[in-house]
Amino acid sequence: MIEPGLYHLLFISTALFFIGVYGFFTRRNLVTMLMSVELILNSVNLNFIAFNKYLWPDRLDGVFFTIFIIAIAAAEAAVAIAIIINLYRSHRSIDVENTEGMKF
Amino acid sequence: MSGSTIIFYLLAALTLVSAVLAVTTRMIFRAAIYLLFSLIGIAGIYFWLQYEFIAAVQIVVYVGGIVVLIIFSIFLTQQAGEKLPKQKPGRQLFSALAAFCGLALVMLQLAQHIFVSTGKTAIEPTVTNIGNQMLGVDDNGYALPFEVVSILLLAALIGCIVIALKTKPNGIMNKEQGISNNEGSGF
Repeated sequence: MIEPGLYHLLFISTALFFIGVYGFFTRRNLVTMLMSVELILNSVNLNFIAFNKYLWPDRLDGVFFTIFIIAIAAAEAAVAIAIIINLYRSHRSIDVENTEGMKF
Repeated sequence: MSGSTIIFYLLAALTLVSAVLAVTTRMIFRAAIYLLFSLIGIAGIYFWLQYEFIAAVQIVVYVGGIVVLIIFSIFLTQQAGEKLPKQKPGRQLFSALAAFCGLALVMLQLAQHIFVSTGKTAIEPTVTNIGNQMLGVDDNGYALPFEVVSILLLAALIGCIVIALKTKPNGIMNKEQGISNNEGSGF
């Protein structure tokens, strides 16, 4: 095993991103699709932190981008879950195949 | 091989394995728990990189907030113990193929690219430095994005309330009934 560095972290974040993409493609349930989106956002955060640590240690920009992404992800999850629960009330299902009638 | 290397590989394995299980398991509640472990693994990697503040934010917001929210929404929308319906094998195959091709493409690009560090002296990512820069208004300050995010959170808060409001089917007819129901519940 070699000493971990930037490339190891980039591999982890890339793998996590494409695991999230796979989940987003295969899942048909809105809550599990939301989980895949969270995985994708986390991989982006890891990327920012790795670049900040190894390439630009004199700046803190990666840290700020990560903090803002976490805040936006929290807002996004809250709004998405409000929509999902509202959808469940009207359709009794949160499967994307059954929700073609979302047009107003 | 030092102890820090072993810890890094363990954290990476925890993150990736539980992420794979989170997107493949057919029990939706287990998927949420695997997602929880994946997020904890990422927080551990932040600790390993010595970005303690980001790791703490990750645990507080993701593990303590978002996963709990997801678990609540699972309980509100799903029959307990029911498995998700089986996926079509064709869709699974093509999704896996697309994900693998993307991973291979990015890793190929990464292997050819050489990153050059600026090599300047590092700033410690302490809470003091982060706080001073986040609310600073000079060249490196992040005061404007900070305010924009606060507006975004306010908008999301109001949006959630408006979306999740319960609408009465026949407004005036049921109004009296609704009031008498609400009196009992203490609102």
